[in-house]
Parts: sequence; structure tokens; C-alpha cells
Amino acid sequence: MNHDMSKLPDIFARYPQKPQSLIAVLQDIQKEFNFLPCEALKETAKHLDVPLSKVFSVSTFYNAFSLNPKGEKVIRICMGTTCHIRGAGLIQDQLESKLGIKAGQTTSDMKFTIEVVNCVGACSMAPVVIVNDKYYADVKVNQTKKILKGG
Amino acid sequence: MAITKVASPKDLDKLQKQCQTEQDKHKRKLMVCCGPGCLANGAAEIVTEFKSQLKKKRIKGFSVEAMKETGCHGFCEQGPLVVVEPQGTFYTRVKKKDVERIVEETLRNNKVVDDLLYTAPDEKTYRDYREIPFYKHQKRIALRNLGHINQCDIRDYIAVGGYQALAKALNKMSPSKVIEEVKTSGLRGRGGGGFPAGRKWESCARLEERPHYVICNGDEGDPGAFMDRAIMEGDPHSVLEGMAICAYAVDSSEGYIYVREEYPLAVQFLQEAIREAEEYGLLGDNILGTDFSFHIKISRGGGAFVCGESSALMKSVAGEVGEPRAKYIRSVQKGLYDRPTVLNNVESYANVPVIIDRGGKWFAKIGTETSAGTKAFSLVGKVVNGGLIEVPMGTTLREIVFDIGGGIRNDRPFKAVQTGGPSGGCLPDDKLDLSVDFDTLTKAGSMMGSGGMIVMDEGTCVVDVAKYFLKFLVDESCGKCTPCREGLYQLYLLAVKISEGMATENDLDKMEQLSGVIIDASLCGLGKSGPNPFLSTIRYFRDEYLTHIRDKRCPAGVCKALITYEVDAQACDGCMACIHACAANAISGKKGEVHTIDQTKCDKCGACFAVCNRHAIKVA
Repeated sequence: MNHDMSKLPDIFARYPQKPQSLIAVLQDIQKEFNFLPCEALKETAKHLDVPLSKVFSVSTFYNAFSLNPKGEKVIRICMGTTCHIRGAGLIQDQLESKLGIKAGQTTSDMKFTIEVVNCVGACSMAPVVIVNDKYYADVKVNQTKKILKGG
Repeated sequence: MAITKVASPKDLDKLQKQCQTEQDKHKRKLMVCCGPGCLANGAAEIVTEFKSQLKKKRIKGFSVEAMKETGCHGFCEQGPLVVVEPQGTFYTRVKKKDVERIVEETLRNNKVVDDLLYTAPDEKTYRDYREIPFYKHQKRIALRNLGHINQCDIRDYIAVGGYQALAKALNKMSPSKVIEEVKTSGLRGRGGGGFPAGRKWESCARLEERPHYVICNGDEGDPGAFMDRAIMEGDPHSVLEGMAICAYAVDSSEGYIYVREEYPLAVQFLQEAIREAEEYGLLGDNILGTDFSFHIKISRGGGAFVCGESSALMKSVAGEVGEPRAKYIRSVQKGLYDRPTVLNNVESYANVPVIIDRGGKWFAKIGTETSAGTKAFSLVGKVVNGGLIEVPMGTTLREIVFDIGGGIRNDRPFKAVQTGGPSGGCLPDDKLDLSVDFDTLTKAGSMMGSGGMIVMDEGTCVVDVAKYFLKFLVDESCGKCTPCREGLYQLYLLAVKISEGMATENDLDKMEQLSGVIIDASLCGLGKSGPNPFLSTIRYFRDEYLTHIRDKRCPAGVCKALITYEVDAQACDGCMACIHACAANAISGKKGEVHTIDQTKCDKCGACFAVCNRHAIKVA
């Protein structure tokens, strides 16, 4: 897949050209492309004068980074303790079986990605599911269809 | 309006008066809570609606500027919240359609909209939020401004005395006097470790090597905790002021706030706050006209729990993989870029301005002898009144869960309260009278942690909770030490085995043994405290583990392999709701007839249980 690398210089310009800027640069690339394209990692390594192996190691260490493209809609299921004890696991099962993918995967039509996140800090509203930026609070097992439809 | 830099304490006094006059113009203020919970429930929509209604209706004596978007007011369970001050009129679960009524009735006609007031489970309705038990039993220091000032406005912060403590420190106190004051206060690190902040500052200040760094840990990785998020979003200037005071005390000119990527609003608001403070000359070069300069930068975390650990956090700030190092030399001595570094968390810094302002002795009088001051908690889980709270150290768990939290939802029996996040533990009902302070909780096998407090009822399975935390830690272990990386994984597999009814009692012994090894042989706190979720649950709930092992039964009805869903023929009215909800097509029956579940098809997703209004689906 070809990605538009012309945005990289803009991103690079935001931070000092030092190895310390690696995480910040990768975060901005992730935000721009919704994942970290291989070409971008190579460019970053060159620009910051960091070995590609180190760029790879940082990109795979932090949960915020993904080496695979994500779907149009990213469904984030909060798996904080409160969400867990209020049944987030059952909601995850439902969403996974409805989409035929597991958490961390993307549907083959690139429409949906399911992610499990540790805690979004909205515990009083547990369980919480976030689709792109939309919050669904106090989600019940039988509401997953509605969530997928975007209602 | 052009901003003139505040060049002296006198300037600051003048500015404070100016800001106060601006505030006093408004006889009434309308606070819309935009904390994490309320936002998730649509607070942003309510703000927009208020703006448009106020513009349309033009209420005499009430301008749009008197409406404030505040940080977390605390009572998240009842959100979105709208408060009218100074009366304290407290509207709960406000919807977009209610906004017009609030504007017309309360703002125009000075009347209370009764049906939006908070009604307690005992049917009592409260007009003033300060009377509600949830608020009445609290004492707020770190959260002092949350819910009362506009979260993104430095002038609001200055009006309530903001940056006065910094001015006092810079002009009336020597760095060593500042450290002395913090030592006198007895302030211990609020991130969980509980190390005395004053002593940490002192060790850093003494080191001759330069530069010194000041870092604020806003990584708040504990699931179920959102105090720091609420402070960073709701009162960012208190954190900046605390850091600046610390920087003055330890002679640092460069600071970092490490914020989790999952908190984009916190990042945004802190960035705005830093920019504002620099414009006013309260951060940056020559603060308040003195020769003290301090710059703060934001470093966004990448979603790794281990980065809450000091040495891992510092590596991450430096753009590297966040692996902890052995701390033969403490991070105060060799921290960021191997330089002396003070690292405290958000809540600790938020306490500092108050300590400088009112004196260490005043602070030390609050709380217990060894744990001074107050502590913020996110009180969540199966509790009636969940939300953000702050209480004096030494308050008992019972007071927190029952007086403030209002007890357990649906009147079910209390089972346990989990504190300290993944490194903490579960405390049962006979520990409810324990005093909440650093030492007591640790002695009981849990810990204070950063302040997540998750209440559990009978419907929570402790084996499942232990399994949950172990899974969390397996995912979050950085992988450096084998005992943590492999050991926790084996513990997790054994917990899974128990939850599936496949384990023997021998497995419990194995788990206990393995826990000892992990504790002894791991490098950092994540590994060393990793077995805690298992150890504390087995300590207090051994019987429940044994029921899973011997009787192949999950008393809480949670472990899928050990439960079945059945229809209670007495209660079922044949409404077919469960049939429609069942994705596995396991339920059959006609309208008006009792339904039945085919156990061979049932995948135990719980959908039938969730939709049945008559509580006719039983878990056995």
C-alpha cells in the first residue's frame, strides 16, 4: 500500500531533530495515518539519526502504536477494573462475534477495528465503549448492534 | 486584551483583585461540569445548548460569561451535572431538553426545577449540594478548585488566590525554607509509593550536579483511577504552580509533565495552561520579575503501564523504550538523562501551593500522624454514589463506601473493596473499619496506590478479579525480568484453570510458591507487587477459590465455564425479549409461553439476562 509521505516533513518540523523526539514524532505519525507505515518508520530513523531497530522497538513497545492499518471505525472497549466487573468482557464477546474478529484485529473490509484499552477514566459510567470519539456509557450486552450501527 | 506580565507580588495582588472584580460582577454563576464522566454522558452538548439558549433568551442580570465549563465536580454517577452558585442548586442527569427549563425557571425566575434535583435512595431531595452526604463528608485540598472554576482560564485560578503561593515562595522564602515547610507538612507521594516529598526534594537540592529536573507523573495507569485526569483537566494551574514551587526549591529550570496518551483533553488543557502562565509571566523566564526561570514541557506517554514507574517514565520522556532499571542509585540522584530529578505525581503537586500558602503545620494536622493531609479517590464499582472524592487520611473504608458512597447498588451485600490498582488488593467486609492511610492498607495486604477504589458486591467473583489483574499485568510487563514476564503469565494460566474448574488444590500451592519467587526476583514495583491481586484474594477469600476447585462452582455467577443460564418458569411471562436478544439461537418458546434455553447452544453471553425485565433468567 502506498501512503502519502509528503506530510512527514511537517511532522518532523514540530520537534527538535534529536533522538529524544522519537516518541512524539511517532505519535503524530500514528495520528496522521492511524497506524505507522513502514516507509514512515524508515524516514523517521533517518531524520532523527536513530537505528531503524530502535524505532521498531519503540513502535512495538507502546500500546498507542500500531504497525497495521486500522479500520474506518475504531471501537475501543474500556477494560478498566470497573468496566470489567460491570460486564465489559461480555460486551467484548458480543462485538467480537458480531464482527468475526478478535480484539486487536480489523475486519477485512477495513470498516471496523476492535481495541481493548486499559482505562479511559470514565469509571462512573462503566462499562464504556468508545467508537472513534463517541462515548457509549453504561453499555448493556444487547446494545452492541446499536453501537455497530453508530446509533 | 493585551496581557501585561506580572512582574512582582504587588502586580499579582492587583491582578487578583481585578480578576475577583470580574467574578463579582456575576451575582449568580452557572457551572456545567465537564469532567470525564459528565463529558462521556454528553456535557459538551449541554454547554452548547446553554450558550445558544442564553444568547436567544437574554436573561436580565445573567450574562453568558457567568456560565463556566468546570472540571470534575465529583458526583459522576449523577452526571451530567449543572450547579448554580452561590445557592448551590444542584441539577443531576441534565439532558439537552432540560436546559431551556433551567434558563427560564432558575436563571430568569429564580425558581428551582424540582425534578432535576438529586434525590437520595431514601427519597430525600437536596436543594444545596453541600448538604448531600456524598459531599458533606469530604474535605477537599487537592481538588479544591474542581467544579468551581473555569478549567481553562488562568484568571479564574488567580481570582481564587492562584500563584500567590509561588509568589510567597519566591519573595519571602529561601529554597531551603520551602523544603522545610514541605517536610513539616508530612506530605507523602500521592502516586502510591508514599515517599515523603520534602525528603525527596531535599536530596535533590543537595546535589551539586546540574541541571536538576522536575517531573510530574501524570501517567495514571491504574485502571479504575481518574483523580489525576480530573485534576489535570479541571485545575491544571495548581499542578503547574506546585511544580514551579518545587523547581524553585531544588534549583531546576526545566520540567516535564508526563501524560498518558489516553487523556487527550488533559494534554490539551495543560498545554493551554502552560501557554497562559507564560504569557502572564508566571512560568518561563524571570517569573514574577525575579531571576528564577522555569519551563515546563509536556511529554505524552505511549500507553504503557510500566511507565508509571519512575525510571521507566524517565526513559520514556527521553524517547526510549520504557524499561525500568535497577535502582541501586535512586532516580533522585540519577534520573532524567542521568541528572538529579524530582518526580512526584499530579495530586502531590496540586497539594503544594496550599501547603506553602497555609503552612506545613496546618497540613500536618489533617489526617493521621504518619499520613498527613487528605487523599483523593475515585470511588467506583458497585457503589450507589460513585465519583471523585477527597477525604482526610485516616477515614475508614466504611465511611467512604457507606457514608459517602451510599452503600452497595440494589441493596446487595458488600463483598470487597479493591484499592491500589493492579498492585493492590481486595479487602473484605471485616476490614471495613480500617483507617485509610499508607501504612494500614499495606499491612492489610493491599496498598493506597494512586487512589482507585473499586467496590465489589456478591456478583463479583474474586477469582475473576485476580485473573483480570494478572492478565493486565501480563500484557503490561515490559519483559525485562523473567520472573515477572514468565511468572505472571504462569500465574495467569493457573487462575484461568481455576476459573474453568480444571484446577486442583495443588495448583493453589504452586501459585503461592510462584508468587514468592516473582516478588523476590523482579526488579521493579510492577513485578514485585504483581502477585498481590492473587495473594490478597486468596488470603481473604480462600473458600471461594476452593468452591471453584472442589465444587466446580462460581458462587458469584461470573466464571463462564462454571455457570448456566436458566429460565425461571414462575417469573417468565413469555415476552420473547430474550429470544430476540440471543445471538446463538439457544432460546425457544412462543409468545406468552415459558421459554427454555438449550444448554448445548448457549454461549453464555448474558444477553438474555440483560434484557429480561422480569428477572426470569437465573444464573446457576
